[in-house]
Amino acid sequence: MTENNFWLKKIEISVSEAEKRTGRNAMNMQETYTAYLIETRSVEHTDGQSVLTDSLWRRYSEFELLRNYLLVYYPHIVVPPLPEKRAEFVWHKLSADNMDPDFVERRRIGLENFLLRIASHPTLCRDKIFYLFLTQEGNWKETVNETGFQLKADSRLKALNATFRVKNPDKRFTELKHYSDELQSVISHLLRVRARVADRLYGVYKVHGNYGRVFSEWSAIEKEMGDGLQSAGHHMDVYASSIDDILEDEEHYADQLKEYLFYAEALRAVCRKHELMQYDLEMAAQDLASKKQQCEELATGTVRTFSLKGMTTKLFGQETPEQREARIKVLEEQINEGEQQLKSKNLEGREFVRNAWADIERFKEQKNRDLKEALISYAVMQISMCKKGIQVWTNAKECFSKM
Amino acid sequence: MDMNSFSPAMPTSPLSMINQVKFEDEPNLKDLFITVDEPESHVTTIETFITYRIITKTSRGEFDSSEFEVRRRYQDFLWLKGRLEEAHPTLIIPPLPEKFIVKGMVERFSDGFIETRRKALHKFLNRIADHPTLTFNEDFKVFLTAQAWELSSHKKQGPGLLSRMGQTVRAVASSMRGVKNRPEEFVEMNDFIEIFSQKINLIDKISQRIYKEEREYFDEMKEYGPIHILWSASEEDLADALKGVASCIDKCCKATEKRMSGLSEALLPVVHEYVLYSEMLMGVMKRRDQIQAELDSKVEALTYKKADTDLLTEEIGKLEDKVECANNALKADWERWIQSMQNDLKSAFMDMAEENIYYYEQGLATWESFLTTQTDLHLEEASEDKS
Repeated sequence: MTENNFWLKKIEISVSEAEKRTGRNAMNMQETYTAYLIETRSVEHTDGQSVLTDSLWRRYSEFELLRNYLLVYYPHIVVPPLPEKRAEFVWHKLSADNMDPDFVERRRIGLENFLLRIASHPTLCRDKIFYLFLTQEGNWKETVNETGFQLKADSRLKALNATFRVKNPDKRFTELKHYSDELQSVISHLLRVRARVADRLYGVYKVHGNYGRVFSEWSAIEKEMGDGLQSAGHHMDVYASSIDDILEDEEHYADQLKEYLFYAEALRAVCRKHELMQYDLEMAAQDLASKKQQCEELATGTVRTFSLKGMTTKLFGQETPEQREARIKVLEEQINEGEQQLKSKNLEGREFVRNAWADIERFKEQKNRDLKEALISYAVMQISMCKKGIQVWTNAKECFSKM
Repeated sequence: MDMNSFSPAMPTSPLSMINQVKFEDEPNLKDLFITVDEPESHVTTIETFITYRIITKTSRGEFDSSEFEVRRRYQDFLWLKGRLEEAHPTLIIPPLPEKFIVKGMVERFSDGFIETRRKALHKFLNRIADHPTLTFNEDFKVFLTAQAWELSSHKKQGPGLLSRMGQTVRAVASSMRGVKNRPEEFVEMNDFIEIFSQKINLIDKISQRIYKEEREYFDEMKEYGPIHILWSASEEDLADALKGVASCIDKCCKATEKRMSGLSEALLPVVHEYVLYSEMLMGVMKRRDQIQAELDSKVEALTYKKADTDLLTEEIGKLEDKVECANNALKADWERWIQSMQNDLKSAFMDMAEENIYYYEQGLATWESFLTTQTDLHLEEASEDKS
């Protein structure tokens, strides 16, 4: 695979189209789904021209598969999230239907964003399965499954509610977990209220549209006032219909926040992985300590720890020195193995912490940049809305003055 | 705001400044200034009711004094209106606010029912004072000047109950016959009133609805800003930006409050008054038609020689005069009313537009100021990186 060379050139990825398809699912039942066209272009440095190198169709479930794979193989990375599967935080105008064209369009943008995030990640961009996702249409699913990643997956990572009593977690990860909980909670709340505010704002604008119709009807009976009324009515219509674009723009802002809502999950996943590794480490250390203890007791003859052998010995009689020697030897082997394992687990753990923390720092900077930009773009949207408002009402006022 | 005919030369209570109607009349011709204020609750064994204080200042000779202070209740206003309608059946009498709380009508921003009514009553009296004919009505003078017991005895002096009943029966009887020969101009007037009434009612409903939607928007916005503050507590780099957004949202919230208040001061009461006016107008049209119907029935009787022709001819003569008077009064008052309607509604809509312009200008300034702080920081950070 020349995937290493692939990334030396600058590439452009786009999810350029969405199409409704029907097919048969695993149970041979007809289903409707949306497929997305992914186009990859390589950009020549010299003239900036881009050449289409690959183009294929993928559906949402394949994106999910890619992400699940990345989660297993890069547990120390904050893996970019997918756009939402179902429309949430809807306000009354938006349909919660997955087939709704506005939802599909926003999802298309979200999927493109997902791929771009991976492509711009220093580690993830080098992944072969990711490369194949972009280039190998047929058989890609089989290729992923052949990696056996599902087996490698730690099922405990999915058990979000189970708590593991970890004695010495790295404090930074504990703090990060709290932070991600807070982030998730506050962004959800914000999105919910924003949706309600949007709903109300929609109402205010749209009711003004009724003025348009009534002014027009009224102008028919007025001589002097007629023209002024009629044209004022027109501006009321303009005002009422301006809210549609305004709220569509705001929806994109909401999507930017949603991405970080879902990123909170990804952060938690990394914290959880650390917890599990630390737990395994502590368990292994505990186990080793107990074996050493047993060994010592056997050697010196004192019994402090409970062991099944010890019990049976008490019940059925002392064991012979040979038996004891044999047991000590087994234990010593186990202790040796245990020490090796502990050493490597320690190493793994420290490496994980180091790598994860590096990616988390990278993530933090990205988040601060992105969210600041999002807030600024929100301000820009508000400014645009105010400017439109001033214009419409100034026009309306002029019409009223001519009445 | 230009000087309008209700700003008195002598300073009266600030309340008299509220809800002033702009007229074409020159301010210096005004010699009667009225304010309605200080609603007070009275409890007796039979009932509880509200009275309003009415202060009148005048330079007119026919008034015994230059200043009067009386207390009146809603019933008294109703009485006055009835007397004016009787004395001038085809003049457009200003409307009174509704007797009961109208279901579904939005209570104005900070006003309760009583305050809303007080303002409307103030307007009612001032409109009468400004009317070239009604302002000299005797009952109006009594209303403004008489003490409570004087007013009660004056009220009893009106046409007796029986004669009033007789009038009503005759009126109903003649209206049953319908009007066949309504002159063209009054047909046009009637058509106008019908359509105007429809439209102004719709505008009233729409305006009330807008107020309601704005209130609900305001309620949601109140919650929106604080969430950003909450978020800023768990962020470092983003804290400033988040606090900035929160502050902008709060400012916009206040601006929304102001817009609502402006709407409820400037637009809603004016539109609603014209809803009541349109009902009043339909009554005026009916009364005019009744007067004409009386004449028509006598004329019909003459053609069939049903009664004494000399007497009939004399009666017809009188009625013809009556009809001509009524029609002319209405025509003149109609022109006047159309003018004031156009002015009042034009003003009200312009005020509404101004409120909205101001609201959006506030918003623009708020968000632009936030944006400059953010981009300034960006530039600062960029130059720090370079150095």
